[in-house]
Amino acid sequence: MAGLSISGVSKGFGSVRVLKEISLEIEDGEFLTILGPSGCGKSTLLKILAGLETQDSGSIFLGKRQLDGLRPKHRDVAMVFQSYALYPHMTVAGNIALPLRMRRLKTWQRLPLLGALLPGTAAIRKAIAAEVSRVAAALGIDRLLDRKPAQLSGGQRQRVAVGRAMVREPAVFLMDEPLSNLDAKLRVQMRAEIKELHRRLGTTFIYVTHDQTEAMTLSDRVVVMADGEILQVARPQDIYADPCDLRVAEFVGSPKINIIEGRMHRDGLIDVAGLRLPVDVTAAAGARILIGVRPEALGLAEPGSNDVISGRVRLIEHMGSDVFVHVEMPGASGLFVVRLPLERTSGIQLGELLELGLRPGQLLFFDADGRRIRTSSSVTRIERRAFG
Amino acid sequence: MMPSSGISGHAAHAATSGPARLKTSVIDRFSEPIAAYLFVLPGAALLTILFILPVIAIFVIATTNWTFGSANLSFVGMRNFREVFADSVFRISFLNTIVYVLIVVPGTIGLGLLIALLIEARQSLRGFYRAIHFLPFMATLAATAVAWEMLLHPTMGLVNQAFSALGLPTANWLRDEKTVLPVLAFIGIWQNLGFAMVLFLAGLKAIPIDLYQAADIDGADGWFDRLSAVTLPMLAPVSMFVVVVVAIRAFEVFDTIAILTQGGPGRASEVLLYTLYRESFEYLRTGYGAAVTVVFLGIIVTLTLAQVGVMEKRVHYA
Repeated sequence: MAGLSISGVSKGFGSVRVLKEISLEIEDGEFLTILGPSGCGKSTLLKILAGLETQDSGSIFLGKRQLDGLRPKHRDVAMVFQSYALYPHMTVAGNIALPLRMRRLKTWQRLPLLGALLPGTAAIRKAIAAEVSRVAAALGIDRLLDRKPAQLSGGQRQRVAVGRAMVREPAVFLMDEPLSNLDAKLRVQMRAEIKELHRRLGTTFIYVTHDQTEAMTLSDRVVVMADGEILQVARPQDIYADPCDLRVAEFVGSPKINIIEGRMHRDGLIDVAGLRLPVDVTAAAGARILIGVRPEALGLAEPGSNDVISGRVRLIEHMGSDVFVHVEMPGASGLFVVRLPLERTSGIQLGELLELGLRPGQLLFFDADGRRIRTSSSVTRIERRAFG
Repeated sequence: MMPSSGISGHAAHAATSGPARLKTSVIDRFSEPIAAYLFVLPGAALLTILFILPVIAIFVIATTNWTFGSANLSFVGMRNFREVFADSVFRISFLNTIVYVLIVVPGTIGLGLLIALLIEARQSLRGFYRAIHFLPFMATLAATAVAWEMLLHPTMGLVNQAFSALGLPTANWLRDEKTVLPVLAFIGIWQNLGFAMVLFLAGLKAIPIDLYQAADIDGADGWFDRLSAVTLPMLAPVSMFVVVVVAIRAFEVFDTIAILTQGGPGRASEVLLYTLYRESFEYLRTGYGAAVTVVFLGIIVTLTLAQVGVMEKRVHYA
């Protein structure tokens, strides 16, 4: 048992560079999620860890052991596939037993009929059967052992795939979007089961997903990837509250973060949507600044306050306890989404001009390249911009 | 298929129409099934004229002593069938056919699978190898049979010349009772190989890559383990289909026999379809020929039913 260390891993397919110098330290027993849009290279990275793909450069260590060039079966890693990849002609028991059969039985011992007659085979087979039923019992599929995968529901197949990975007791579990083929209700349930499984086994889990909810709920740490690069590695709450890149801020959070464009007036002052924000930001006068506003970082403006931006209401979505109000805002890309508690939205009409108060401490600033501009002291005072 | 889908379409339609549409729905109730039957009519007519009626005719003729061209005939019951099973020519012909099928089917399946696996394992020239192996299946058999005749010629043929150059025993391949059936079977394999290969290639393409990757991780990464854990089981449905189709084609062997050997030497290459042809059209014993046809039909139908049964029960995974 040891941590996994990835350093400088690159991979290209033809002229496309899928992974660019990926380096990452994963602690022993950690639940790490690799989150990113499709095509960002997250699955390729997982396959390189499993040994199913070979990186062009860089190296991978599991503890002190270098994994590069080792065949998948010698890496002490197990993988759960998005499609489950169960062998359709084998029973559930056969599927779960296969990794052990391949490891413990010699080729001639695996032969049908003849293999069973060879000395030693019976004892090994018995031991394998015992472990299969132990794993199946732990996953609650012990009554399905004689079924074929085609006779199982999605959730049951998922458990069999996990069982096939568990039975080897690997040092690292790799999971490639394991929940994306399940319906919404089952996904929530299986999410909880995977979390529980991780807690029980205490093994390192590396979990690839494009679903931010899975990433946020399951992980100790989240790796956000885009375009073959790691954008940020952080705890789930920090990924949301303290993103280091505009792409991270945009990918994480639902509804999506609102982006409004501003200009540097001079050091310490940004002009945005008719306001002049005093911010601890240094940049050339006239530089483009992108301001990220989470939907809950806005509230209805208090009467008489002047830290107010206003826009026309275009859409009202009731979500139960909360209401998403979509507002047309000058300078914003697309509609601005504001999350308001239900009791405060009773009077709001479509087409109405809504005044919104900024919650200054919760604004995120990015430069024109999308890099986060950190502010030591956040907005202290907002003044109406003097026109003319 | 068509009448039943027409009726179900009508039911769905009736369910959506309310009282306001009562008038149209009454008309629909009659016109939709009629339309459905009209659509089915051309196909049903062709099937009846070209297949069902001739089969019925065969069964009827098989119980008569009709000779082709003769103006009168009388019913003789099962006499033709008794004669068929008592006839030594038929027995030889039947056994030859079985031997032929038993060589052609495993040979075609084995070689077809091997070539498909080799082509699939190679990155380059796939299209070329696919094409050259598929060509014999496309070519006109009468023409290729003549080419084979040249190749197998006892003195001028390339086969004997090559064999003697290599110091191997030569033979008069098509005129020797011992070699004629295996040689014809070899030509049969050559001819069906491309068909089996193309189907196996399609089957191989349909195997999800995930399964091979799972097998790699599970430790089944040698060629034998990959083959036995993933490739062969996943090819089982397509293999079953190939076996039955190749078996039926092998049972139907006729052209090579008619062109190359005419069933000879002696009766060494007499097969069912050739016997049938000879009895019906050379000796003009149409009633007897029809009885042979019924037996032949029985074999083909049994094979097809066996395929359906096995497919449903054993090799259908999803």
